[in-house]
Amino acid sequence: MSVMDQETYVTADGRTIGGVLMEMRNISLRFGGVKAITDISFDIREGEIRAIIGPNGAGKSSMLNVISGFYIPQEGEVWYKGAVRPQMRPFEVARQGIARTFQNIALFEGMSVLDNVMTGRLNHMTMGLLSQAIWKGKAEQEEIENREVAEKIIDFLEIQHIRKTPVSRLPYGLKKRVELARALAAQPSLLLLDEPMAGMNVEEKEDMSRFILDVNDEFGTTIALIEHDMGVVMDLSDRVVVMDYGKKIGDGSPDEVRNNQAVIDAYLGVAHD
Amino acid sequence: MFYREAGDFKTSYPEDGQTFPIKLDRFGFFAVLFIGFAVIPFVINDYWVNSVFLPFLIYAIAAIGLNILVGYCGQVSLGTGGFMAVGAYACYKFMTGLDIWIGGVQYALPPINIFLSVILAGLVTAFVGVLFGLPSLRIKGFYLAVATLAAQFFLVWLFNKWAWAYNYSASGQISAPERSIFGMNVTGANADPWVAYLFCLVFLAGLAFMARNLTRGSMGRKWMAIRDMDIAAEIIGVDPLKAKLSAFAVSSFFIGISGALFFSVYLGAVEVGEVFGINKSFLVLFMVIIGGLGSIFGAFAGAAFLVLLPVFLKNTLVGGLGWPTDLAAHLEFMIVGGLIITFLVLEPHGLAQLWRIIKEKLRLWPFPH
Repeated sequence: MSVMDQETYVTADGRTIGGVLMEMRNISLRFGGVKAITDISFDIREGEIRAIIGPNGAGKSSMLNVISGFYIPQEGEVWYKGAVRPQMRPFEVARQGIARTFQNIALFEGMSVLDNVMTGRLNHMTMGLLSQAIWKGKAEQEEIENREVAEKIIDFLEIQHIRKTPVSRLPYGLKKRVELARALAAQPSLLLLDEPMAGMNVEEKEDMSRFILDVNDEFGTTIALIEHDMGVVMDLSDRVVVMDYGKKIGDGSPDEVRNNQAVIDAYLGVAHD
Repeated sequence: MFYREAGDFKTSYPEDGQTFPIKLDRFGFFAVLFIGFAVIPFVINDYWVNSVFLPFLIYAIAAIGLNILVGYCGQVSLGTGGFMAVGAYACYKFMTGLDIWIGGVQYALPPINIFLSVILAGLVTAFVGVLFGLPSLRIKGFYLAVATLAAQFFLVWLFNKWAWAYNYSASGQISAPERSIFGMNVTGANADPWVAYLFCLVFLAGLAFMARNLTRGSMGRKWMAIRDMDIAAEIIGVDPLKAKLSAFAVSSFFIGISGALFFSVYLGAVEVGEVFGINKSFLVLFMVIIGGLGSIFGAFAGAAFLVLLPVFLKNTLVGGLGWPTDLAAHLEFMIVGGLIITFLVLEPHGLAQLWRIIKEKLRLWPFPH
């Protein structure tokens, strides 16, 4: 029995990994005749960094969309915080504490960086229409409290200097960081990152990797991420799920996955004889 | 020289979030408020009130309302005229004593105070706006614009045919009876110009204040999130149903109030097809586009542009140059049309953006960087 099978354990770098936060049980997803995901099960434990990898078209993004409630699987159950999650709309999933970023950035282009990060706080702001219209008093108080949280995230991700800049004027790398800030501002229990390092140069990738590790370390946020850069994935993650053609072909620590014959075949190809 | 934020350090979040971050702007704003409330009422006459100030104030309210829907929430609407009609007729019913039925028995409410009537009319319009906003959950963009046309035509038809709405008057018109506040006539033939002006100004100031607060807080962010990318908005936890319908409700509330004022204070008598036709919808939409989508200042600028410019041209051409009235009227159309095109080519984001660029330049002036 390996150390990972215990109820809780401490990683080599001193982080505590807790029990199961989210569990996918026999998930299958079809679009008409196309099977995007076939009978996949895996779990995500509290405090860990969980990677989903696989060749193009393996169904990784579909999997993330199932978790964030954007796709509804035909079969299987999603267990979250110890209970089956009933069928719900994406905004209800978000309110349960699941935040995500997108492969192609999905920021609100017409708003400033600060406003974008503040949209991450929307689920924590409950003032009614009337008190907001009057503003002075409760609504302003609520705005200030949430602004403080947003500013902490802005500090943390080192984007103070562009706080008031419209998002449309930012370069790609910074946009990715602002999107991460927006997701973090929601203070999620589970953070989903869809290719956080796509299209970045080495330096930007290093920055982003550092931010991901820091987020996990400081806030204890559970992170599930999709990434193509194998070096990054193997360095960052505690456990890795490998998918190919909608099926799970490997699951385990980076070392186990690296030595898994099915995974090597999927990535390098195998002679058909 | 003075137009600088240098040295004006913000040390708290409320200070950082204030509407006018530069001192000179704040002084300017309070100066305008002071002139509007304390100077203009003493110097204006009947002509200025009826041809300049009342239309400007009332259209500004409508433009702010439509801007909330189109500029902030991204839902195009061509039903403004219809919603203004709802405000006007609701106000008329409240002013003249609404008859209601409870359990088959008819009760006549006493006529309600004009101030409250206008607000109640806004609330009724908000409700109607939500009803006609329901299709926005399924359709977007141009298709939604076409769907809101249904509201425009249906509502005008309704107020033409539904005799109860115009109290069974023989002409089918509604005309505002004399109503007063604190003993001063606001509506009717004997209304004092300055009272009518102040009455509308109070509504505009209050509503503009509320619009600004709504758009800078969490409500405004929900609307803008829906406008910029509705899928991402839903993923971060915005309920599209609530966000869109609240935008329709708030927008229609504003437009309803403007319709009520347009009928009761400005015109005094209304025939629905003439006053609240599709032209009105387009006029207010043009104000919003020319002024600048997604800007409260833009609503003011757009309303001023389309209300004041024709008056100004008429006065200079007929009064100043002595041209015949019909020639001036035709030229006026051409000049206004030409200016609209010029402005939109120069700055597609409207007068508000133009103003923003001027301010950016002023901050640095006389240095280039």
